[in-house]
Amino acid sequence: MRLVSPLNRVLGLGSAKTGVEHWWAQRLTAVALIPLGLWFAVALAGPDDLNYAAVVALIQAPFNSVMLILALFALSYHSHLGVQMVIEDYVHTPAVKIFSLVAAFFAHVAVAVAGIFAVLKVAFGAAA
Amino acid sequence: MAQFRLPVNSRVKPGKTHPAAGGAGNPRTFKVYRYDPDGDGPPRLDTYEVDMDACGPMVLDALIKIKDEIDPTLTFRRSCREGICGSCSMNIGGANTLACTKAVDDFRGTLKIYPLPHMPVVKDLVTDLTNFYAQYASIQPWLETRTPPPPDRERLQSREDQEKIDLPSACILCACCSTACPSYWWNPDRYLGPAALLQAWRWIVDSRDEHTGERLDALEDPFRLYRCHTILNCTEACPKDLNPGKAIAQIKKLIAERRH
Repeated sequence: MRLVSPLNRVLGLGSAKTGVEHWWAQRLTAVALIPLGLWFAVALAGPDDLNYAAVVALIQAPFNSVMLILALFALSYHSHLGVQMVIEDYVHTPAVKIFSLVAAFFAHVAVAVAGIFAVLKVAFGAAA
Repeated sequence: MAQFRLPVNSRVKPGKTHPAAGGAGNPRTFKVYRYDPDGDGPPRLDTYEVDMDACGPMVLDALIKIKDEIDPTLTFRRSCREGICGSCSMNIGGANTLACTKAVDDFRGTLKIYPLPHMPVVKDLVTDLTNFYAQYASIQPWLETRTPPPPDRERLQSREDQEKIDLPSACILCACCSTACPSYWWNPDRYLGPAALLQAWRWIVDSRDEHTGERLDALEDPFRLYRCHTILNCTEACPKDLNPGKAIAQIKKLIAERRH
């Protein structure tokens, strides 16, 4: 049992002096995803037939490779920020919270790196 | 292990019914949340029929009539009966508001009355606001200055600067906004909630206050301020038509501005 005043409980460990970076990055990535999302829709609508060769050719175009990598980066960054927020909102058991935050971070980095690697492999690989 | 059933005290059971006396000209049915911590089991929803021909127009009038004439055990807070004290905040017809300024005629059919959501219930419609008040105290709701006051007069403020604090100063701390906020429900211990943040804004925007930086420092925290996900239930709920959601957005904007 801890006998602390209500104000003491509210003041807790004090301000973390952070949060604005998270907030700003969430908005930056959201803004970035508007043109990237539009480009993605337009690019997919381009080829008449989305067969293997057409998709490889699509990704191999330098502009598309760069846009795809940007989209993968922005999307996984944005998703990580959001998932982190959700975990902090709902998970209150300290050990589970830390584990979830670490797992979410690793998963997002892994997905982003795998996606970007895949684009590079296709971009620099032989034409289909 | 995940809990799939609500705790026993969150499962509200049907309670007693108190029908209106014979000859009631305009009976209305009220279902009111009842909980007695001293003992008669889990909370229940009691049904009262009130003759509105012999009752004032507001929900608080009906509650007072119930307590006075039907069931003196019903417990609720009230004081000013004109929307300035903030005592009679409760959940009426599914929305947080003041019983004294909400007309019974704004609703059709049975009117359900619950205490403010997600707060510890002391008894019936009375909730424990200790944490809520401590959060208000934590934002230091008083003028902080470095410049000594002028010897011969009060600190001057322009009309435009006074107008900036007019609305946030009109907050009566009824807690309708904070207890309507899902983010506050999940993290009431660490998120300050819209009411405390609206008051923080009231002192941040006060032209006479010289601790704006310290105030922003204290708020710059992933939980204290940034738990606000702009759900805007606060602004929707406010019985004084204030805009805590906008105040929180303005605090976030100032913290972002001072970085660039």
